[in-house]
Amino acid sequence: MNNVEIDLLKEITGIENGELKGAYNIRKDGQGVERQITENINIVTKKDVSGIDIYVKENTKFEIVHIPVIITQSGIKDVVYNDFYIGENAKVTIIAGCGIHNDHHKDSQHDGIHRFFLEKGAKVKYIEKHYGQGDGTGKRVLNPITEVYLKDGATLEMDSVQIKGVDSTERITKGVIEENASFVVTEKIMTHGTQFAKTVFEVELNGENASTKVTSRSVATEDSKQEFCSKVTGNKKCFGHVECDAIIKDSAKVIAIPEIVANNVEANLIHEAAIGKIAGEQLTKLMTLGLTEKEAEEAIINGFLK
Amino acid sequence: MLELKNICFERDNKKILDNISLTIDTDKFVVITGPNGSGKSTLAKIIMGIERPDSGQILLEGQDITNLQINERAKLGVAFAFQQPIRFKGITVFDLLRLSSEKEINKATACEILSKVGLCAKEYVDREINSSLSGGELKRIEIASVAVRNSKFTIFDEPEAGIDLWSFQSLIKVFEDMRKIVKGTTLIISHQERILNIADEVILLKQGKVEKRGSKEELLGDVKEKPLCCKLGVN
Repeated sequence: MNNVEIDLLKEITGIENGELKGAYNIRKDGQGVERQITENINIVTKKDVSGIDIYVKENTKFEIVHIPVIITQSGIKDVVYNDFYIGENAKVTIIAGCGIHNDHHKDSQHDGIHRFFLEKGAKVKYIEKHYGQGDGTGKRVLNPITEVYLKDGATLEMDSVQIKGVDSTERITKGVIEENASFVVTEKIMTHGTQFAKTVFEVELNGENASTKVTSRSVATEDSKQEFCSKVTGNKKCFGHVECDAIIKDSAKVIAIPEIVANNVEANLIHEAAIGKIAGEQLTKLMTLGLTEKEAEEAIINGFLK
Repeated sequence: MLELKNICFERDNKKILDNISLTIDTDKFVVITGPNGSGKSTLAKIIMGIERPDSGQILLEGQDITNLQINERAKLGVAFAFQQPIRFKGITVFDLLRLSSEKEINKATACEILSKVGLCAKEYVDREINSSLSGGELKRIEIASVAVRNSKFTIFDEPEAGIDLWSFQSLIKVFEDMRKIVKGTTLIISHQERILNIADEVILLKQGKVEKRGSKEELLGDVKEKPLCCKLGVN
């Protein structure tokens, strides 16, 4: 791999030298280029469409799966289907993400469709990071779709981060949650320039004591635009909490569309949404600590998106 | 030493501060008291630079700071604890103490400061400064954020405001120990007699003017001799 590719890998995996351990599958410019499996985790190439199936054996404990995607060719449109089958009581961390480097005028696009099937008692931490770089006029476009199916007592925690360099993104996350299962989503987005980011959450709480907690924090600056749509449906005694907080600056626009649907008298659903500029009193407090107004603003945004 | 010279501040045709001149000596523990609307908090904010006077001059150790920004005054050693502590989503207590401190601090130092203001350090150091914290907890964190700065001149704007009697009873101990925590000059805006008790000097503001200043004995004696309705200048 060349330096640009290693840099992209570092950004999305958080690993300093980009050298992955454990099970992994690296996809570059539309094709799998490196793969490693372990005793408990198998990765198989799909035959019908582009993508992979990841199988985690039951009772697997504390293993990590990396499935990074990097795109360095301008003008490429990569669509990939990845399915995760997580065995009963397995505990794994899955780190996905896409880094696009586009130095040219043609648009580069990656649409990752990820489906998670968790058996009883399985626990997954799913981390997804999107990042774009390069000086070309071609857009960097990412449209991830995540579908989550949680059986009895399963838990999936999803952390999604898109901080820099993605021109357009439309992210759809769907969940079907059975009894005693829990789906927790934390999303952080920052947009600038003329970027556009849309997030759609649709969660169905179908089982007794099913729960979901969605926290979205976003910062929209300059002329960028963001949309946040969420729909949580409670069909049994369940708990759902959606919290959408956005800081808005300059000429940016943010739209939040909440929808909660209770089909059962025991469904307890909450939606909180707040959009606003950085509070003047927050800036003043940090300035009394010696920070300039610009430093104070950065500290507030960094904390908000931390 | 801090000198205020002929400070005037008027809003909506009301003189909030009416030609105030006073000097606060180095390393003193001074309390400014007075009835609601007497201009105490405005005076505190003017010293920090949060409000700007219409006229007058502010000198810190002889340097004219009247036209300096808030952060420039902070760099020169002025610190300010807010009457209503500010909440921040995502910023933890440790983050705030790190931003406050002039030098790099680790968690052990942060925990030490939190313990001094009466908080169980382990429980609080990684907590976000958000609406999950009570008024009393926020006050203590605010005090810690100021104490960690080791400033030359520290202002507390009504530390007793917004907290219940029981929380204040335990917070008062922190102020009684304040001299051990905060170095340099301390200026507290307060109505609380127990805070007045620990002052080197008390300044009574009334209708935007300095009505009286003196030792706590002189001023408290004067207040106590009057009927309740006349205490602290309430006519």
